Amino acid sequence: MIPAPFDYYRPTDIAGVIALLEEHGDDARVMAGGHSLIPMMKLRMAEIPHLIDLQDVAGLGGITIDGSEIRIGAMTTQADLIDHEGLAAAAPILREAALQIADPQVRYMGTVGGNVANGDPGNDMPGLMQCLDAQFTLVGPDGERTVAARDFYEAAYMTARTDEEVLTCVSFTAQPGGAAYEKQKRKIGDYATAAAAVQLTREGSTCAAASIAMTNLSDVPVWSPAAGAALADTPVDDSAIKAAVDAALADIDPTEDNRGPVKFKRHVAGVILTRAIKSAWARA
Amino acid sequence: MPDKMHIKVTVNGQDEEFLAEPRELLIYALRERLNLTGPHVGCETSHCGACTVIVNGKSVKSCTMFVGQANGAEITTIEGLGSPDALHVLQETFREHHGLQCGFCTPGMITRAHKLLEENPNPTEEEVRFGMAGNLCRCTGYQNIVKSILAAAAQMNGAQEAAE
Ligand SMILES: Cc1cc2nc3c(=O)[nH]c(=O)nc-3n(C[C@H](O)[C@H](O)[C@H](O)COP(=O)(O)OP(=O)(O)OC[C@H]3O[C@@H](n4cnc5c(N)ncnc54)[C@H](O)[C@@H]3O)c2cc1C
Ligand code: FES
Ligand code: FES
Repeated sequence: MIPAPFDYYRPTDIAGVIALLEEHGDDARVMAGGHSLIPMMKLRMAEIPHLIDLQDVAGLGGITIDGSEIRIGAMTTQADLIDHEGLAAAAPILREAALQIADPQVRYMGTVGGNVANGDPGNDMPGLMQCLDAQFTLVGPDGERTVAARDFYEAAYMTARTDEEVLTCVSFTAQPGGAAYEKQKRKIGDYATAAAAVQLTREGSTCAAASIAMTNLSDVPVWSPAAGAALADTPVDDSAIKAAVDAALADIDPTEDNRGPVKFKRHVAGVILTRAIKSAWARA
Repeated sequence: MPDKMHIKVTVNGQDEEFLAEPRELLIYALRERLNLTGPHVGCETSHCGACTVIVNGKSVKSCTMFVGQANGAEITTIEGLGSPDALHVLQETFREHHGLQCGFCTPGMITRAHKLLEENPNPTEEEVRFGMAGNLCRCTGYQNIVKSILAAAAQMNGAQEAAE
């Protein structure tokens, strides 16, 4: 498998990346870990005459935790997420989700920025970031802007990011309470048949608020406000969980593929979401 | 046709320089330019791990890295871990515990296991299985691979204790 030829660039700052993106427009693309992009290039599903490797670009790495404000640089790998003790304490759902992505080799290379920018409905981080109400920082020729994860995804591989913009970091406010990421896959290293991210806060014996998002059950990640609302002000008992699952199932739109027919996927989605809610509640 | 790139890498401690198109996959540069045929091409689709090498301290599937990307990197392949006269502990234990049958997956298995034990010198069986999940074997059923890695860990830790 030999990808189409390309010119290779390795700029050292964002300005250099943006200049190349402006110069070559549609013909240029950035590469982070390459573990979504290279397979596509090998299959010639992506042809990129000008490939801009981000590995040497300053300022794209690092995890900073300032009280409950968390900022994760785009080039942070899944392995970095897993290894970061401070992050595991502040927002353990990130490690939980990262451990369910691909396999060790892929996690050393795959980055948070690549995972959320890619726009593949199979990626796990987009749904997680919607659940956490994360903001994506984009830098382009006209400066910097932030877009909420919940507004970022338009269709498969179509996002709010323009061709000249680079995603530099992901940030969110860690919430008190419990959270969980549950995923059903056919084998380790597989994308989700269904996955769910749940975050909820507890007041005494009732749930004060909940946020629920699902992965690979539509052409975009699905954040379901109705599912979250179904848990709020309830003791998260069986009937509340069922109401939340029913609400989430009304918001997803899975298609049949080699992971199964639609009916099966909806069934799995319900099972996985139920597990995630119970696990998050037990931790709240 | 884009220009060839001047690639400089350190492989198994040796500096190497050659010209290559940046799109060349690292596995082919290693096998065909540097004659390091230990890392194998299994699936060529980032799934099997037979091509695993260590790049700048990370276990990497070298079928999923462009040689341009690897420019400047420090790389270790199975050839850098042991030799027929001086087997690596993992090579010894794989032999002893029948951690291989056809041997096709073995260079990737051992290169990955080496990194795993570096990061976690005393893994549980479950941690070995999880840490080796990016490497597929069609022959052994994994049982003896796991045994071999646990045996290597025990041996390396024993040697460490003896030295202390
Ligand atoms: C065998 C295998 C199994 C996998 N399983 C899973 C899985 O279960 N779950 C999962 O979520 N992922 C999975 N992945 C994908 C993996 O996590 C990818 O690494 C990740 O999706 C993309 O990250 P990357 O850094 O490799 O991005 P790249 O492949 O480098 O880039 C992906 C896309 O994002 C763009 N991009 C990258 N960085 C930026 C940036 N900073 N700004 C703007 N655009 C950017 C690129 O232009 C490209 O279009 C798997 C991959 C493999 C090979
Ligand atoms: S040949 Fe690289 S993962 Fe199979
Ligand atoms: S020993 Fe044959 S593939 Fe593993």
